Amino acid sequence: MTELTSRAPTPSDAAPARNIGFYATWAAFILVVVLLPLIFRSGGSHTTFSLIGIAAIFALSYNILLGQTGLLSFGHAVYYGLGGFLAVHGMNAIAAHGLPVPLPFVPLIGGFAGLVFAVVIGWVSTQRAGTVFAMISLGIGELVASSSLILRSFFGGEAGITTNRTDLPALFGWNFGPQIQVYYLIGFWLIISAIAMYALTRTPLGRMCNAVRDNPERVQFIGYDPHVVRYLSFCFAGFFAGIAGALAAINFEIANAAYLGAVQSGIVLFATFIGGVSYFFGPILGAVVVTMLQLELSDVTTVWQLYFGIIFIGIVMYAPGGIASLLMMHRPLIRAGTLPMILPAYLVAIVPTILFACGVILTIEILAAYSQGNAASSTIRLFRIPFEAANPMTWLAAAVLTIGGFLVARMTWRGVTAAWDRAMMAARERGYHA
Amino acid sequence: MTNAIEMRAVEKSFGNVRIIQDLNLTVAKGERHAIIGPNGAGKSTTFNLISGHITPTSGEIDLNGERISGLRPFEINRRGLSRSFQVTNVFAKMTVWENIRCAVLWATGHRYAFWKNVDSLPEVRRRTAEILEDIHLTHRRDVPAGLLTYAEQRELEIGITIAGGASVIMLDEPTAGMSNTETDRAVALIRRLTEGRTLVIVEHDMSVVFGLADRISVLVYGNIIASGTPEEIRGNPKVKEAYLGEEEH
Ligand SMILES: Nc1ncnc2c1ncn2[C@@H]1O[C@H](COP(=O)(O)OP(=O)(O)OP(=O)(O)O)[C@@H](O)[C@H]1O
Ligand SMILES: [Mg+2]
Repeated sequence: MTELTSRAPTPSDAAPARNIGFYATWAAFILVVVLLPLIFRSGGSHTTFSLIGIAAIFALSYNILLGQTGLLSFGHAVYYGLGGFLAVHGMNAIAAHGLPVPLPFVPLIGGFAGLVFAVVIGWVSTQRAGTVFAMISLGIGELVASSSLILRSFFGGEAGITTNRTDLPALFGWNFGPQIQVYYLIGFWLIISAIAMYALTRTPLGRMCNAVRDNPERVQFIGYDPHVVRYLSFCFAGFFAGIAGALAAINFEIANAAYLGAVQSGIVLFATFIGGVSYFFGPILGAVVVTMLQLELSDVTTVWQLYFGIIFIGIVMYAPGGIASLLMMHRPLIRAGTLPMILPAYLVAIVPTILFACGVILTIEILAAYSQGNAASSTIRLFRIPFEAANPMTWLAAAVLTIGGFLVARMTWRGVTAAWDRAMMAARERGYHA
Repeated sequence: MTNAIEMRAVEKSFGNVRIIQDLNLTVAKGERHAIIGPNGAGKSTTFNLISGHITPTSGEIDLNGERISGLRPFEINRRGLSRSFQVTNVFAKMTVWENIRCAVLWATGHRYAFWKNVDSLPEVRRRTAEILEDIHLTHRRDVPAGLLTYAEQRELEIGITIAGGASVIMLDEPTAGMSNTETDRAVALIRRLTEGRTLVIVEHDMSVVFGLADRISVLVYGNIIASGTPEEIRGNPKVKEAYLGEEEH
């Protein structure tokens, strides 16, 4: 009870005083960005981290629309791609004319490109929210993607346009040839962009974005034009998408039609949704997961897009708040110290769940091997254990793992639900609510 | 002196059904004006017309002597008119505090600002805290609006409506669905919060109407059949026949 009363704020302390946890979280985030490449020193991991950084900025910019303003866009890659193309043209111009602009400023070119196109396109497309907005974004995405193949002088056709980032003036002796230097350039912009986008959510405009998301009708009766709120939100999203696109152009030293296509627009939706739209950091988690999946899965299986789809459907159905919500659900339990009450149930559930997942993977791989007509010769490696795709014993294993795993997993997850309720109840008794 | 609201010969048709016909209504500044009438008479539609939610098919509406018919709802709101909704219409996923704060932002001049931290605007914070005190929801400030009890949501609805400091407040059945004690509390609240402002209220509870209103207009089939002080309305035979009579059966 004392907890309850001490937590009830009085109007005088109404300013949500930023607590230590808030600053600690940001400090930890910056520390991770800075230290990660020093811990994992291989060139491959530096490439991976660079891609994650780009994807994180892109997904955060997407969440300005989806999570903050409630706008579902199927064409956000337009602003990413145009940012990338303008950055490449900018870099080539800087190199050709010997302009004194070092590489770290190039993302601003991409940002302003994204902003300008959002300013032009957004006014019409944000007139309405919901289905209308989604359809317009899809249409504009197709329009820009197809014109990128027509306007060859600007977009370079199928091949795209290349550039060389080391042709730009060096900064403090960095010429950005080595991947680690590019990584730190991306990391720098990730930190700046993340702070800026977070700050945006704490402004009057950012708060009204949430209001427009929740109830655009009522917003009109407290003095705001929801169209203007959506439009401004759209412009900011375009700006940060452009920065991400420019960073991609710097990283790959090329911009091509794939940058602004539907696949790219789909991936950012994936990443943002899987990470979780209702927490600011959700899209960052999503960017990590989706980038890793893209890189790793394509190495180990030919049908990696199928797994992508399954994961996405699984999240939509069972955890619509994404990874971030799954994690944040536990916050009251951690605060109340009742988390240990559910850990045993988790440990029990995890075993059959993994077995079930293995069964599903085996089944998919067997079917893939048969549909590709090479079942007789193909071996599926699961945790380094070889399975012959054509061997009936493998089919049996797949069936047993899938069906048995599912039945047992379902039982154990009921146990998790029960343990969850007990832990939550105990947390409430100690005065901590969700 | 100009009137707060003046409606002249306003008509509204949905398709070929005329819901509002030749509606004339005058609300003086500072007056508490109740609109009563049977279900489906067009009271909420009248609110929608005045607040810009829908535009009249014909006729004129003035706010403080200025033409507002044809303006968008937010333009009318910025000119000093604020309305509540018969069906609770709040920001369900946002906290009580945020609901009120959003309603304060435009009026305190912060508009679409994206360069100010909303938490460090003292005027906004002070006004939000004041309104929360007024509507007795301070202890619920961090609760998402969708999780409030029905009566609390109705109070929040009133809070959002008055938060911007509009000079003309329109409340559409603010006490509908409340228990007697809740109604008494809400009426006291409305009386206090609209002190010195113009109030237009739609209300079915006759004790509330006759206790609160300076003037009453009776709306039947989209037309005002009588408008006057509570005594005049009570004694009006047309009203007795069309409306009050029904109630007494
Ligand atoms: N958008 C609309 N389209 C078609 N008909 C409508 C529309 N809005 C209202 N109506 C009709 O107009 C009439 C008046 O509705 P209104 O909601 O104004 O009544 P009311 O006086 O507020 O009634 P109540 O006391 O039930 O709230 C009703 O018959 C309703 O069906
Ligand atoms: Mg009504």
